[in-house]
Amino acid sequence: MQLSRTARIALRAAAALGFAVIYVPLLLVLVNSLNPDRSASWPPPGLTTHWWSVAWHNSGARAALWTSVEAGLGATAIALVLGTLVAFAVARHRFFGRDAISFVVVLPIALPGIVTGIALNSAFSTVLEPLGVGLGLFTVVVGHATFCIVVVFNNVAARLRRTSGSYEEAAADLGAHTFRAFADITFPLVRSALFAGGLLAFALSFDEIVVTTFTAGPGVETLPIWIFDNMTRPQQAPVVNVVAAVLVLLSVVPIYIAQRLSADTATGSRV
Amino acid sequence: MTVVAQTAGQGPRATARRLAGALHRRPRLRLALLLTAPLLWLAVLYLGSLAVLFVSAFWTTDSFTSEVVKVWSADNFHTLFTTPVYRQVILRSVGVALAVTALCVVIAFPVAFYTARVARPRWRPLLVVAILTPLWASYLVKVYAWRLILSQGGLCDWMLEPLGLSGPGFGLPATVLTLTYLWLPYMILPVHTALAQFPANLLDASADLGARPGRTFRSVVAPMVLPSVAAGSIFTFSLSLGDYITVQIVGGKTQLIGNLVYSNIELDLPMAAALGTVPVVVIVLYLLAMRRTGALSSI
Repeated sequence: MQLSRTARIALRAAAALGFAVIYVPLLLVLVNSLNPDRSASWPPPGLTTHWWSVAWHNSGARAALWTSVEAGLGATAIALVLGTLVAFAVARHRFFGRDAISFVVVLPIALPGIVTGIALNSAFSTVLEPLGVGLGLFTVVVGHATFCIVVVFNNVAARLRRTSGSYEEAAADLGAHTFRAFADITFPLVRSALFAGGLLAFALSFDEIVVTTFTAGPGVETLPIWIFDNMTRPQQAPVVNVVAAVLVLLSVVPIYIAQRLSADTATGSRV
Repeated sequence: MTVVAQTAGQGPRATARRLAGALHRRPRLRLALLLTAPLLWLAVLYLGSLAVLFVSAFWTTDSFTSEVVKVWSADNFHTLFTTPVYRQVILRSVGVALAVTALCVVIAFPVAFYTARVARPRWRPLLVVAILTPLWASYLVKVYAWRLILSQGGLCDWMLEPLGLSGPGFGLPATVLTLTYLWLPYMILPVHTALAQFPANLLDASADLGARPGRTFRSVVAPMVLPSVAAGSIFTFSLSLGDYITVQIVGGKTQLIGNLVYSNIELDLPMAAALGTVPVVVIVLYLLAMRRTGALSSI
């Protein structure tokens, strides 16, 4: 389609506007963390790094960050194991109910978080409380792992679909037993998919707020919960601004890793 | 074979080899071992909890003791469809989800058209990364950014002031705007992919047959990109429908289904469960409708 000059200019302008809309809010969060004022009025009266040092010493935010990391690592570990198991079952075997399994894996992330949240909450309180186990970090990890399984599953299943089983068969023909073939052939093939899935799972868990609200026990506060609780308190606004800015800056890290990863797999996937 | 015979029965390596052989000969056993743990987790823990929740939607709560009465009744659903407030909130939530989806389509098309066909090929991968980047930024931080923008005297007011206008403040428009911002990348990406894979000779053929760009867009591009729009809309629609956090932060006094579920949990769990079935049923219906466009295979 030969676009006219006007159409090209219009599209370019629309795209520029679109990207501006995408990035201005994120830039605003960064600038606002330097705002000396407690209010969010624009433009800020000046710039200061004072609140960054205040936030650095804020014990609530630090503890919440640590809780989030712990919950994320726990959920990622469980999701890696369970997601990989399902991916191998679905990709390497044919059995009754295979499609149903792919559906069940997606369900926790497809349904609204509040539905998953209250379902798990009432299940935990009816099953765990008689056993003397209350809601706590453990239940947060269980809740997060449930919806993190799908991202690991998707990554590993996609990788297995693209690599045929003939490599394992060749290894078996050469005398390697099942475990040996897995360790030497299959695992190196899916390693980067596992890493990508784990990265996504961690990011998903780190960012989650709804399921966390319903599965966290008293005193268990992840970073999103801390931000949500402090967001409407004018006294805490400057510290929330800094924490928000830090999270915006941190979001570059997984993108960098993902880019490196895809560069690696592009050059290193030829077995 | 002699090697196997010699090593058989010696230490853990031989045990591993025997176990491997046993597994190799029994694919069903292998499958069972692979599936036991995930199925216990997903089918028993997760689906079990969901099933109990939906069954409890048919129970009631004693209004004096706040105890759940486990007697089968459809009272909650009757209340749901006859109480004007509930009906209003359900319609409003579906309306918000549809409005967000429509806005996302309108914004996504020019952006995706630029990144897929107008921008220099060298820049295209970078532009895709630029679309993806905000997805990694925290959900809550993005909503917070819009709270800053829309607050009184914030960026929005400041920009509109020279025109003699003021921003929308917190309320329903702010909610739609913020949700659109949150889920926009989910719409741009599939549309970008569809447009990037679009065969150029179809466009040339259309032009050769005398169609102007507008006509080509309507008769050739739009029908072929529709499944991808539908795929993106599954995300924008269902993520908006279940949301209750964004509404709490930028929605002022606006209530959506999620808020109703939330406010009922403490006092009347069966009613909360009944309310919770509404978005689930709507989303399933939406998925079924979108399946007819071939959207599910292009996710």
